[in-house]
Amino acid sequence: MSSNEFDVLATSGSCYARHNAVFFTLVLVVLGQVPLHIPGFAEVAPLLPLMAVYHWAIYRPDLLPAIAVFMAGLLQDALSGMPFGINTVVFVLVHMVVMTQQMFFMGKSFSIIWLGFSLVAAGATVLTWLLTALFYSAFTSPESAFIQYLVTVGVFPLLAWLQVRWQQSVLAQV
Amino acid sequence: MKNRPHLSHHLIHSEKGMASRFGYLGLVLAAFALMLLGKADVEVMEKVRSTVSDTIAPVLEILSRPATAVDQVVDDVTQMTNLRNENIRLREENQRLIEWQSAARKLSSENQQLKGLLNFAPGAEPGFVSGRVVADSGGAFVHSVLVSAGARDGVSKGQAVITGDGLVGRVHAVGSRSARVLLLTDLNSRIPVVVEATRTRAILAGDNTDRPRLVHMPPGATVSAGDRIVTSGHGGAFPPGIPVGVVALVGESTITVKPYVYRDRLEYVRVVDYGLQGILDSNFAAEGAGVIK
Repeated sequence: MSSNEFDVLATSGSCYARHNAVFFTLVLVVLGQVPLHIPGFAEVAPLLPLMAVYHWAIYRPDLLPAIAVFMAGLLQDALSGMPFGINTVVFVLVHMVVMTQQMFFMGKSFSIIWLGFSLVAAGATVLTWLLTALFYSAFTSPESAFIQYLVTVGVFPLLAWLQVRWQQSVLAQV
Repeated sequence: MKNRPHLSHHLIHSEKGMASRFGYLGLVLAAFALMLLGKADVEVMEKVRSTVSDTIAPVLEILSRPATAVDQVVDDVTQMTNLRNENIRLREENQRLIEWQSAARKLSSENQQLKGLLNFAPGAEPGFVSGRVVADSGGAFVHSVLVSAGARDGVSKGQAVITGDGLVGRVHAVGSRSARVLLLTDLNSRIPVVVEATRTRAILAGDNTDRPRLVHMPPGATVSAGDRIVTSGHGGAFPPGIPVGVVALVGESTITVKPYVYRDRLEYVRVVDYGLQGILDSNFAAEGAGVIK
């Protein structure tokens, strides 16, 4: 195989992997909208795409670039009924913050990654709450937002495991 | 000379960092611009939202079916375990309803006679469209659901959405094949209601909790826990008499209402066209949003 042919294969493989990570994140946005009919769950449902943004920003930022994070935020806003721009700005800022700390997170134990997520998710929840209050000129009860934060942090290990499995399967094909 | 490669490497990195920072700044500014646009031109943003919802609604329709099936199985098992008690309860309820049926027939006949005496012109029968709830997750910040019925089925903005239990909310935005329903618990929901027994007028204001509040009650009005709340029909948005909920708590400064409709039980809803346009059309409401603070 010539080096040119190898380059073309590597590029298409990388393109496939990138689309796969973006697709995974968008799937999480859509899955997060499915009604589960569990009493009280809809108000505190975990913010699944936030976990994807955090995960890919640490391990493979090349697979989920900032523009894809922006698009995921837009889709989240469109489907959830939130004002356009709120989840978008939160996702982009989370991506930016995690990227600045990427070197710190690399190779750390899962408990440190989880702790990091709990801090990032706390910041994201407070920012979403503030931006919503600013947009509607009214403060909403922080109670549901706090429980949603706890649920999001609680679900993180399961989704992190799924993402690692997905990542391994993607990289195996590249 | 030895430092040169290191220096150029450093320069490339700092250039990349600068480009990256500008990239993030651009995206954050774009997101804030969207927020401002959403404030300034509600119609345009709602059209974009409806287009996205229309595209994803068929996927959500398929995804929501297994969740509903699991819920149905759990519900069936729960019902099986409570079969005996439920049977006793239903027999008692049936007895009570037979008595009510007899009373209702008598009142209906009397009502017909009185209407005949008054030359009463009855309103048109409302039309309705049934839709499936395919998405429900604004999380803690928005209380709305996406329904799989849209403009092509006859759904339009402002229509009342009900279930057999009572009022769910109103249609907030309409796409071709999907519609977003603002639940009565949402922060932006304001519904004119009356306390059924005393006919005291009030506004039911959502606050993103599962217990909306009664506001703008006239001074001296008395309300007790357990009072039924129904729509008043004022403002022309909804017809009078749609059951909304019961007064849950009467505090010193707040009165909360427990809606009849549970958000987690919403599977199929009815979008009802009562032929009412409401006092504010969408254009006026959009203009007013910028003026009324």
